[in-house]
Amino acid sequence: MSTLLEKSAAPAALTLNHVTKRFEGESGQVTALEDISLDVREGEFLAVVGPSGCGKSTLLSLLAGLEHTNEGEIRLGDQPVTAPGRDRLVMFQQDALFPWLNALENVLFGLRLKPALTAAERLESARYYLNLVGLGNKEKSRPHELSGGMRQRVALARSLAPNPRVLLMDEPFSALDALTREQLYGDIQEIFTKRKKTIVLVTHNIREAVCLGDRVVLFSPNPGRVQQVFDVNLPRPRRMNDPALATLAAEVTTALSSRLPR
Amino acid sequence: MNPPSRLPRFVIPTLVALLALGGWEWYVRSGRVSEVLVPAPTHIVQWFAESLLSGELLDATWVTMRRLIIGFAIGAALGVPLGALCARVRWVRDTLGVLALGLQTLPSVCWVPLALLWFGIREEAVLFVVVMGTIWAVVIAVQESVLNVPPLYLRAAQTMGSNGWHLWSRVIFPAALPGVLSGMKQGWAFAWRSLMAAEIFVVIVTGFGLGSLLNAGRELLRMDQVMGVMAVVMLVGLLADLVFFSPLERWLRRSRGLER
Repeated sequence: MSTLLEKSAAPAALTLNHVTKRFEGESGQVTALEDISLDVREGEFLAVVGPSGCGKSTLLSLLAGLEHTNEGEIRLGDQPVTAPGRDRLVMFQQDALFPWLNALENVLFGLRLKPALTAAERLESARYYLNLVGLGNKEKSRPHELSGGMRQRVALARSLAPNPRVLLMDEPFSALDALTREQLYGDIQEIFTKRKKTIVLVTHNIREAVCLGDRVVLFSPNPGRVQQVFDVNLPRPRRMNDPALATLAAEVTTALSSRLPR
Repeated sequence: MNPPSRLPRFVIPTLVALLALGGWEWYVRSGRVSEVLVPAPTHIVQWFAESLLSGELLDATWVTMRRLIIGFAIGAALGVPLGALCARVRWVRDTLGVLALGLQTLPSVCWVPLALLWFGIREEAVLFVVVMGTIWAVVIAVQESVLNVPPLYLRAAQTMGSNGWHLWSRVIFPAALPGVLSGMKQGWAFAWRSLMAAEIFVVIVTGFGLGSLLNAGRELLRMDQVMGVMAVVMLVGLLADLVFFSPLERWLRRSRGLER
């Protein structure tokens, strides 16, 4: 277990400083997140896990700049986060691929918004990332012609291609079947190790969080708060059925259920 | 369950049609009904051949089609940005959007008296009626389809750095396109009906369209001409759908996996 704002060798890529987020609900104000302070280190895979209603998806929207904080501040490096930006790309629960574009064009979408690149560089980059996720032969396929797992792979390539500083994942595996999910865990870890990305994953699946995260942050609900942070010092690539992983996951589950109403 | 049939599917409908036409022809020729009231099918065909050869029919069809296409194009060109504006700006939606909803229920031939007063018995008056038939259906379709674009697409595009015109042209419009197309199809159908009504209602001096041709048939008591023009009007409507709208719609839906 580690403290929240641990001093470590790697500099912080993302910093959350006493972040509070409230929504106007039907029955008055709802506090989704309360006083969250958290560092995401450069090159770290941070997994945020918690029951539904703990504000973890709100956290991701704040990091993406799609929502604004009520109190506190989020910084990317030394810049405050105020709006969406190409330096933080998001993989959503649904793949969010555009059905009027084929796989290659979908990956090119974000690249075309990077003004510094030439057309040839964009195409090369898009093809590289499609190959990286194992879909080099599906360039011309429309999203509806691909399986759910392939679509989420294209979405991964689309988020990686513009080379963001941070990759934000909002439960991107929850709609997939177990077999496909397992495959994608492998792919993501391989890419993470190879490309040294900073990744924030939000999920309600504790095993998934432990399998993928360098650290697992457990949120408690109503209002969303950081309950506990777990370090995962298991070697990569990790497999879901690894006993050591299961032990740690059980530990997180125990911590989680200690706060839930019976 | 139907027993397995060796006949191609078109045989029975063709036989029924021939039988009906034959019966009709025989009934008129037998003198049981006046030719002034009901023309014989052969006479309609004869009128069709004559007016086709004299060029009268093609001229009238061209005049009508030109009005329809120009009016429809103006209506769609105005309707798309107005619909987008309705979707984007709340107070425009609460004013123009509501007005569009009301005006859409008004058959646009109701505009004829005003149009004649404003523009005179000229091309502009007919065009105005066609534009009024098209525009409101398009405004409402664009507004609804833009409002129904999945928010997820917008969020995804925004995180990739898309906003403003780029977001509209590359995400919102492509996503809304199927709905916009159905709106245009509906606008086209409204415009087509109104144009016919307007052409029958008033003789526009700047061009002799299909509606005028039909009305001339009435004044000459030539029911073969009236029914011949009716057949042509039906054919044009069918062709617009079969040749233009339906294939476009099917292609759009198929390429997005909404239909096999």
